[in-house]
Amino acid sequence: MLLELDFEKKLEDFHLQVNYSGENPRIGILGASGCGKSMTLRSIAGIDKPDRGLIRLGDRTLFDSGKKVNLRPRERHVGYLFQNYALFPTMTVEQNIMAGVTGTKEERRRRAREMILAFEIEGLEKRRPGELSGGQQQRVALARMMAGRPGAVLLDEPFSAMDYFLKERLRLEMAQMLRDYQGLSILVTHDRDEAYQLCDHLLLMSDGHIIASGDTRKVFEKPETVEAARLTGCKNISRIRPLGSHRVCALDWGNLELTTEGEVTPEITHVGIRAHDFSPAAPGKLRGSGGEEETGNVSEISSGPGTESPGGRNIIPVRNPRLTELPFEWYVVLEQNIWWKVPKDMNNHNFSTAMPDALTVDPSSISLLKEK
Amino acid sequence: MQEVFAILEKLDWSPLFISLKTGIVATFFSFFLGIFAARKVVKASNRVKAVVDGILTLPMVLPPTVAGFFLLLLFSRRRPLGILLYDRFGIKVVQSWLGCIIAATVIAFPLMYRNARAAFEQIDPSLVYAGRTLGMSEMRIFWTVVIPTAGPGIASGTILTFARALGEFGATSMLAGNIPGKTATVSQRIAMVIQDGDYLTAGVWTVIVILIAFVVIFLMNLISGKAMKSVKRW
Repeated sequence: MLLELDFEKKLEDFHLQVNYSGENPRIGILGASGCGKSMTLRSIAGIDKPDRGLIRLGDRTLFDSGKKVNLRPRERHVGYLFQNYALFPTMTVEQNIMAGVTGTKEERRRRAREMILAFEIEGLEKRRPGELSGGQQQRVALARMMAGRPGAVLLDEPFSAMDYFLKERLRLEMAQMLRDYQGLSILVTHDRDEAYQLCDHLLLMSDGHIIASGDTRKVFEKPETVEAARLTGCKNISRIRPLGSHRVCALDWGNLELTTEGEVTPEITHVGIRAHDFSPAAPGKLRGSGGEEETGNVSEISSGPGTESPGGRNIIPVRNPRLTELPFEWYVVLEQNIWWKVPKDMNNHNFSTAMPDALTVDPSSISLLKEK
Repeated sequence: MQEVFAILEKLDWSPLFISLKTGIVATFFSFFLGIFAARKVVKASNRVKAVVDGILTLPMVLPPTVAGFFLLLLFSRRRPLGILLYDRFGIKVVQSWLGCIIAATVIAFPLMYRNARAAFEQIDPSLVYAGRTLGMSEMRIFWTVVIPTAGPGIASGTILTFARALGEFGATSMLAGNIPGKTATVSQRIAMVIQDGDYLTAGVWTVIVILIAFVVIFLMNLISGKAMKSVKRW
């Protein structure tokens, strides 16, 4: 289904400006809290009104300030899952689900029954929302939303009010539900795992603007701007001074010199390296290159053809590392404020033997980033 | 004690019934007017809200005699509205039971309005938005979602309104007067017998009023207690 968004709205802190056009069935909007992503969703649903612009869904115009079209929320046929689920507290589960269905009482009851079976909430029909757990509440809200057969569903941070354990399980169920759903879905979240797991197409949002858009995997793989890198979870970002077409000096990491795979064009101002992308440099080889602790190139690996700078491995010396242990990972923070995350065994609590003298990072793992 | 029984035996109970009737009718009007006004004010912009809220709350803050004076000016049969009502429709407000009702409604209305408004403002707006995205009409959202959710607040507002209307004295005495068997309410009767120096009768009425007050407070706690079930105790 075609979705066309081209609208703006002045908010207290910033100007919301949304541009998107495409037919992707599962869209995600990833952004920090207060970036305007919820307002975008509310504008699509008709809960809030943009100042001007256009919102089209399929062949229907939901909002067009030029033609003075502004369908009421109930005419938009768009489902909305609220962050707190917004279940009607005085109604039972069954009544809540029936509220979203039109028709005779009998039809409404039958449809509610279908949804209760589909969302596996049998036995809860006569309960009130206050008597349900967070996960049950979410299912009831989903059932209520889906009961009216909406053409599109908007999900506003559906997992934000849940504990971790429940979240992981419900995310799997949600992924299945969205795959089975025929219409369009838009998920708004600040959680990159959620966005990655549940959306095929991703919009990155910052300060009311869409700063990157594309296939979810691509957006994560190749962030192009500093903000995009940050939103997709890149832990290490540094300003740079270019040294050559494939070589930079990272100013925030103690003037570390790095070789990159991509070409350093004039608009590149930063580089980013994900915390998982480092690996220990074999100590022997490091010593072989003269025993120097400084950043250096080990010449046995040459980078691709056409490199004008001396190609080679990127070596980052490990000095005064600070160590934090998590169940499945070590967080190592180097003196240069570089984060390194190392997967670990649940039973291993000793890192001292594993701490290398230096780290290495593949030139292809270094993202070249623009300021804006 | 025998004196008390003697008083009870020949007591004119009409003030009690007039008060109860007035209270019930005034509460009925205040209920709908209050909810209607509260709904409008909650939806209004902040500036409109400030002005309208001030006007609607005024009768509660003003001395009832001042409100009564305004009502008298409005409905007096020597003034346009009073003349119109009497000549055209044969309606007499001053010195009539209708006057009792109008005075009690005006004085008690703000309690209903303010309680309903507070209850509405406590409602999570996303409940209303959810109703809209689910395709429910505004009226249906209001009657099946908003009113039930605001139930406890509206109920306690209704009871307070009833209590206030029941005991109304100042505005009632100015507008409706104290005609025995017609507009003489309990509070007016108490004032009258005290002026006559009949403290014993005043005491009997006072006990009756206290009993009614207790019933009202009990009902209110019953309702709000029910609503507070999920709230942690101190």
